[in-house]
Amino acid sequence: MNLLEVDEVTKAYGGIQALAGCSMTFEEGKINGLIGPNGSGKTTLFNVMTGYERADSGSVHVAGTDVTAASPDQVFSLGVGRTFQLTRIFPRLTVVENLHVASQRDGGWMSEFSRWSSPSEKVRSKEVLDFVGLTRLAAEKAGNLSYGQQKLLEFACIMIARPKAMLLDEPAGGVNPSLLLHLGGRIKALNEEEGTTFVIVEHDMEFVMGLCDKVSVMHQGRCLCAGEPETVRSDPAVLEAYLGTDMREVAR
Amino acid sequence: MTTLHAGTAPAELLRPVEAERAFRDPFEPSKRSRATAWVALFALLAAFPIVFSNPAVTSIGVFTMMFLVAAIGWNIFSGYSGYVSIGHAVYYGFGQYAVALLIEHWHVTPGASELAIIPLGGIVAAAVAVPVGLILLRVRKHTFIVLTIAAMFIFQLLAFNFAGFTGGSAGTNVVSPPWTGTVFNLPFYYIGLGAAILALLVSWGIRRSKYGLGLLAIRDDEDRAKGLGIRVTRAKLIAYVASAFFVGIAGGLYATFVGAVYPQFAFDPTYDLAIAVMVFVGGLGTLPGPVLGALVLAPIQQYFYIQFGASTLYLIIYGILFIVILLTLPAGVVPSISDRYRSWMASRQRRREEATPTVGGAMPVTVPAGPVGIDDGGAR
Ligand SMILES: Nc1ncnc2c1ncn2[C@@H]1O[C@H](COP(=O)(O)OP(=O)(O)O)[C@@H](O)[C@H]1O
Ligand SMILES: [Mg+2]
Repeated sequence: MNLLEVDEVTKAYGGIQALAGCSMTFEEGKINGLIGPNGSGKTTLFNVMTGYERADSGSVHVAGTDVTAASPDQVFSLGVGRTFQLTRIFPRLTVVENLHVASQRDGGWMSEFSRWSSPSEKVRSKEVLDFVGLTRLAAEKAGNLSYGQQKLLEFACIMIARPKAMLLDEPAGGVNPSLLLHLGGRIKALNEEEGTTFVIVEHDMEFVMGLCDKVSVMHQGRCLCAGEPETVRSDPAVLEAYLGTDMREVAR
Repeated sequence: MTTLHAGTAPAELLRPVEAERAFRDPFEPSKRSRATAWVALFALLAAFPIVFSNPAVTSIGVFTMMFLVAAIGWNIFSGYSGYVSIGHAVYYGFGQYAVALLIEHWHVTPGASELAIIPLGGIVAAAVAVPVGLILLRVRKHTFIVLTIAAMFIFQLLAFNFAGFTGGSAGTNVVSPPWTGTVFNLPFYYIGLGAAILALLVSWGIRRSKYGLGLLAIRDDEDRAKGLGIRVTRAKLIAYVASAFFVGIAGGLYATFVGAVYPQFAFDPTYDLAIAVMVFVGGLGTLPGPVLGALVLAPIQQYFYIQFGASTLYLIIYGILFIVILLTLPAGVVPSISDRYRSWMASRQRRREEATPTVGGAMPVTVPAGPVGIDDGGAR
């Protein structure tokens, strides 16, 4: 089943056609890669899918629900969480506080006025922090974390809400190799244990090809092709889009 | 070709950590010592007018209580949400007029029954804050600041011009309670103190609730907070109304204590400057910040006002103080001190650890002294 469906979406910024009739599907329970040259519209597609931007035309569906005109919180409540190309954490909140912002906001009116740090929630946030390896920094201000740690924190912030799908925008950008390996492991584990669907925008081909079940390629606001990593890698159109870069070279 | 599996993370990254310790800020004073400090502070405040019974002193005390209530209330909205309002004098004004006019129209007998009207000042202010907040909160932080002051002047003009209702520039008077001597100030003082304790409890409750965490998230990144499912408009409005309530109480207290309400002192543009300075000095968005700021600055301001009231010299001093604080301690006194304290404790601990190698398990708590953990190879 397709968890996320994007159909003929267009989005223009002034004269720039960021999305030009983009159609794409992301299957439930899969780790999907989304690649493409800079400016091909990947981030814009994420923005449109998660309600941060409104498509000019076309439609977006999450598990059959039309979210074309939905707001970010509505998309989030449908179980689609995302991270940003430039990390967005709450710098003056501590690491634990950051986690609790996203967790358990479905308890209705009165639960809003209960403590955010109840024992059961602490157990959950401890679990998540252990998972990403940030437990030691729990009481630290998030703004004091290094960039890579902030990327992990942002990931954890989404994860704690147990979304059906996680959209990660360049999770490896500015992250060192061992941390990247760690992150890849976490993604794989979440996908296997909780069945979380992933859509990952990434330039690190080794990372994408090693991790993803399916890869979609964007070029000039459209979906160029999609398929198994192996197929995509040898697609002539893809090689063309990357301006002759030999993907086999890159991916080796 | 690298294949990734769940277990491929370097073991060093997944080192198990003691659960409880991780969640406690190692350098934060314990719950009990914090509670003791609060109780001691309020016991001192309660004893103050009995020890210093000179009416000239207790009068300063009453004004200090008014500022204390208002500063704690103002911080609930502006401190936690980051939306700095410099137009909360609207609610100070509504509190004053509501109480003065209700006492007049209901022919309330001077004395204790007048004081019973004071809470209505807060309720009227809160009621006004709902529609006003819905309008003002449509814009983001910087524009919001401008709009709040605009709204304040609109209401001031209305108070001047609806003279049949408000008394216009001639003002509205409240007949003072028939008490005399040293006890006159006491009821006002204790009502103020009680309201301040209530405000502080509300502020504390909000700070530790999920709702309050949402407000702080709005302060840091509103769009992201919205994207994580926080109902930002509702959250901001609730805090706005709560803060208006306490500022309205302060206004009601003022009206009954001073006995006269004028548009320019009710909807006073310098009022928010005074409140903002107190909260910024103490620590914006912290629980003790406004308390510290108001208790230190309100008496000084009041003293200057009595000494040089006509010259508004105190405003110049205030303006300068505000600028100096923003330049030197932008986070305010409380957060700066707590930061210094934390790094001092951390370095002391580090030195102690270096001096005594951890052998034999006799070492006390070992806590990371800073943002250590996963290294990102200098990506930042
Ligand atoms: N908010 C915006 N305003 C103006 N132009 C934008 C905006 N967001 C994206 N664009 C433009 O849309 C195109 C696609 O950008 P983006 O989606 O960020 O690409 P990618 O993430 O694939 O690198 C780019 O040409 C970019 O300049
Ligand atoms: Mg991008």
